[in-house]
Amino acid sequence: MKQLWGMGKNNWKGDRGAYWLVLPYIIFFCAFVAYPLIFSLVLVFNRWNIVTPMEWVGGKNFIRLTGDPLFYKSLINTVIFLCIHIPLQILVALGFSLLLHKRIPGRGFFRAVYFLPVVVSGVAVTILWQQLYSYDYGVLNAILRALSLPAVPWLIDPGVAMPSIAIMATWKNVGIYIVLFLVGLQNIPPELYEAASIDGAKPSQQFLSITLPMLNPTMLVVVVLSTIGGFSLFIEPYVLTGGGPMQSTLSGMLYIYNQAFYFGHMGYAAMLGFVYALIILAVVLLQRKFIEREAVA
Amino acid sequence: MRTALRYIVLVIGAVIFAYPFLWMIAGSLKPEMEISDLGLWSDNFSLHSFVLVFTKIPIVRAFINSIIVSLSATTSVVVFGSMVGYALARLRFRGNKLIYMLILFTMMIPFQIVLIPQYILMVKLGWTDTYLSLITPTMMSAFSIVLFRQFFMEVPQAIVDAARIDGCNELTILFRVIWPLSRPVIITVAVLTFMTSWNEVLWPLMVVRERSLMTMPQMVALFTIGGEAETQLGSLLAAATLLSLPIIIAYSFFQRYFIESMASTGLKG
Repeated sequence: MKQLWGMGKNNWKGDRGAYWLVLPYIIFFCAFVAYPLIFSLVLVFNRWNIVTPMEWVGGKNFIRLTGDPLFYKSLINTVIFLCIHIPLQILVALGFSLLLHKRIPGRGFFRAVYFLPVVVSGVAVTILWQQLYSYDYGVLNAILRALSLPAVPWLIDPGVAMPSIAIMATWKNVGIYIVLFLVGLQNIPPELYEAASIDGAKPSQQFLSITLPMLNPTMLVVVVLSTIGGFSLFIEPYVLTGGGPMQSTLSGMLYIYNQAFYFGHMGYAAMLGFVYALIILAVVLLQRKFIEREAVA
Repeated sequence: MRTALRYIVLVIGAVIFAYPFLWMIAGSLKPEMEISDLGLWSDNFSLHSFVLVFTKIPIVRAFINSIIVSLSATTSVVVFGSMVGYALARLRFRGNKLIYMLILFTMMIPFQIVLIPQYILMVKLGWTDTYLSLITPTMMSAFSIVLFRQFFMEVPQAIVDAARIDGCNELTILFRVIWPLSRPVIITVAVLTFMTSWNEVLWPLMVVRERSLMTMPQMVALFTIGGEAETQLGSLLAAATLLSLPIIIAYSFFQRYFIESMASTGLKG
């Protein structure tokens, strides 16, 4: 029958209609992926404010970047953010997912509540936390004072501001990672635990030698997604601190935005974007290698 | 005992994640003097802060803009994305593999590298300060295509063959035969796209300066930093409440799909 209708795999002539179906994507790819990629390679060698003609400056944008203290500052800020955000995220997400893994009543409710900040706009969350973090009138300092602890200058102190943003970002995103860890936990075959308990392994030993190693793929996803998120940090410092105090919350994306739209340095902003993209790819590749090797060891 | 402890921790967690939102909504209704109180109740609730927001910024217009942009993006991603996903999953043509590779490649590129050139493209096309600049760059999503492709590969070949024998063309097969079988993936992609589009703020800040075209998060963000809110904490909280309520309402109805769609992004890593 298949042969008769010319639909057997062997005499397949190909579907002409297929090209019409993928055509929209090809147009989209050319306009919004290929063209920008190629154009970015032109842009990084030019000085341009969009209004006046482009001026070829060769490697000057790159030389400028290597000596730009604000570029390094934004990079260090991102590293500070990630060093707090990722461990905190894993700890909190893993903790709650272990509590929610058992089929207990109200499980769906708790999962839904923890997920709530994920769906809400980052702008709304930032406005909310601006009030919570306020030094004199903020809720967090009110709680600290009630416990007769010293108030924390959450957004005022250059040393504290970026960690404050990292805590806020963790609060906003941890719901995703709770769900990812729950999926990961579900995929661990229960036989492993049964075998371990027969061998007399304590729950803590089971956690270290079964749960953690089996969660390695999830761990990799969590680390990679948080890293990409951390490098994309923009709206939180934009609304909360404007990059201050003393540039301590200037994120990479905020710096690119400022260079492009406050100073009109399109070429230099493109160079920053280019270098940041390479850094992200390198970091993610390293994490992949490192965490996958951990799994083998 | 252990169950009790488990519940205590879970409840503390729920308070930490939900209480700030309740406090935000309460704060938007409280008089200015009482906002910094921890409690949720006040005897002096009023809509004063909301009135202030509505008189100071064209928030209704921004809401309509956001709806237009998000719905257009969602429709486009679902329709075109499923077309490409279907072709890649079920049709054999030259370049099939190549296009799939391009899609995977697109997913790998950090957006930082294409952001400025994309903006310049909008300037060159003269699309800044139009809906086109807000909608076109999000009309397709590589990740959604991958999700569609994966789902469509599971559809039994017999169903597709039967439709072909009936003389259906590919579009009819996709929209009349495959779509009704694919509700989970369609809803997942739609929810994910709508939410991402609704909450997007960096791109609108880049391409729209005209107030009447601003999306809701953009307008609220500029309201916050631009000093229009002056020192009115209540109006800030009211603006934040207006911005989050539509998504919170949608979330309360489609909660499962929101969570599943975000869980599917785990595949990206």
